Amino acid sequence: MTDAERQRRRTRIRRASMFAVAFVLVAVSWELYKAVGPEKGGTIFGTRILARTDDRAMPHIWDMFSRFSESEVRGGEDSVFVVVLRAAWYSFRCALAAFVAGSLLGIGLAVLMARFRFFERALMPYLVISQTVPIIVLAPLIFSLMAYNSRELASKTWLAAVLLGVFLAFFPVAMGTLRGLQTTPSAPLELMDSYAAGWWKTLWKLRFPNAVPFLAPALRLAGAAAVVGVTVSEISLGVRYGVGRLILSYGQEATSDPPKLYTAVFGAAALGLVMAAVVVGIDRLLMRNRPPEAV
Amino acid sequence: MENSMTVSSPEAGTSPAVAIRGVNKIFNQGKPNQVDALVDIDLDVQPGEFISLIGPSGCGKSTLLRLVADLLEPTSGSVTIHGKSAHQARVDQDYGMAFQQSGLFEWRTVERNIELPLELKGWDKAARRQRSQEMLELVKLPEFAKHMPWQLSGGMQQRIAIARALASHPKLLLMDEPFGALDEMTREHMQAELLRICAAAGTTVVFVTHSIPEAVYLADRVVVMSPRPGRITEIVSVALGRDRSELTREATDFFARVTEVREALRGIEMADHAKGIDDR
Repeated sequence: MTDAERQRRRTRIRRASMFAVAFVLVAVSWELYKAVGPEKGGTIFGTRILARTDDRAMPHIWDMFSRFSESEVRGGEDSVFVVVLRAAWYSFRCALAAFVAGSLLGIGLAVLMARFRFFERALMPYLVISQTVPIIVLAPLIFSLMAYNSRELASKTWLAAVLLGVFLAFFPVAMGTLRGLQTTPSAPLELMDSYAAGWWKTLWKLRFPNAVPFLAPALRLAGAAAVVGVTVSEISLGVRYGVGRLILSYGQEATSDPPKLYTAVFGAAALGLVMAAVVVGIDRLLMRNRPPEAV
Repeated sequence: MENSMTVSSPEAGTSPAVAIRGVNKIFNQGKPNQVDALVDIDLDVQPGEFISLIGPSGCGKSTLLRLVADLLEPTSGSVTIHGKSAHQARVDQDYGMAFQQSGLFEWRTVERNIELPLELKGWDKAARRQRSQEMLELVKLPEFAKHMPWQLSGGMQQRIAIARALASHPKLLLMDEPFGALDEMTREHMQAELLRICAAAGTTVVFVTHSIPEAVYLADRVVVMSPRPGRITEIVSVALGRDRSELTREATDFFARVTEVREALRGIEMADHAKGIDDR
């Protein structure tokens, strides 16, 4: 093992342990505030500032985790853990589909915009505006259009959720890729020109590989956006089986069973973490053999 | 097919490697920011000859190189390479090119960088690999085939770029300040290497530089250019013979030619001042 490798390994271990430490810190401060904070909440100069600390507002961390092993509904067969895991896995697959489709769409749009200035000028304003529309508004719209057009699609709320994930995920990829395609240095471009290589050959051999360092961080954003798009649409549309739906229905039980809501929230967080791991894996794969300062 | 596209001149066998005839290049013609980059350029480069283009910045030496490479088109006049139009020569990959930035693809290994022009010519993999090995031997870096470019020093990267430019065995090599970013020691070493490589292959070279000793050390003829508008003011024959070594750099003849080029360049500067043009 070289010194550099040892160094890298040490940083990796340090990062992993910092992640764990941060988690413990949040848990400790949660419990600390719950222990010392006012049960009914606190007002300072007539303004409500301190949150309630009773078990309904802030269940104990251990209650949240122990809730996982109990059955979901009284007398039900499956434990909360199984239900949440199943829902998170369902949503993860939707988010992954949205991530892949959104990335491909983004790359395709970027190539079109790089190839034809016309497309860039025509499309860019709409792309930017598209991202300002709240998906919680868009989700029912898309779904009702789908359902109105085809009875078959009316049962596929998940498809609407995936579409909205795509809608959020494509944007950073399109922007990052376009920037990468357009910032190709002139010397290698002239070189390709001197070989009389056409635009598409130059795209494949030069512009696209040149865009990869821009694509990698864009994919990270797209992964997160896909998760948000899918779960938020699930909440908005009430997609059965999804973790978003679980958050919605467990939230309705929050008065009687406060820790239950948090199990669904943890499920959604786990889904996000797994997506992040997938994206980091892709990043590593894309950026292997690149100069260390670019990684 | 190829014959119909090639304009064969009566003396095709002895035609110059590069023939530049009455070339003018005007950027932004008819607009307020019009620049007369090159005016009335005539130049013949003989096969196997080494030509240095030298002049102050803005004299159009890089533009002239790009006209030969058909990366730019002349506003008027013609450029032919071994009797072919510059465009046809580019399509046929008749020349190799190297720039100040090595322009290596950082995502490709050294050998795959060298293979790039061959790939675009449609060579099969085995032939490409064999040629890249030969080229690596030629630039004396055979053990670096599997390295990534960024793992090499600037001088080594530039040698790989030269290997790439020569990979398809072009008869003509066009170079735009290829050693400009290197330190003096590496630079002199690279100059000697370039002469060795080109002499071995009988390559014709057009070499743009702004270093007087470099221009003289390398060239058979130094073409001195002046700016605003860019034109050829003098052509200095170096005549130091083909066998040049580190001793050449200390020879009286070498200094005499360096002085000659320097005075030609100073003449340009004086003329500029006489015209009352402020450079800054």
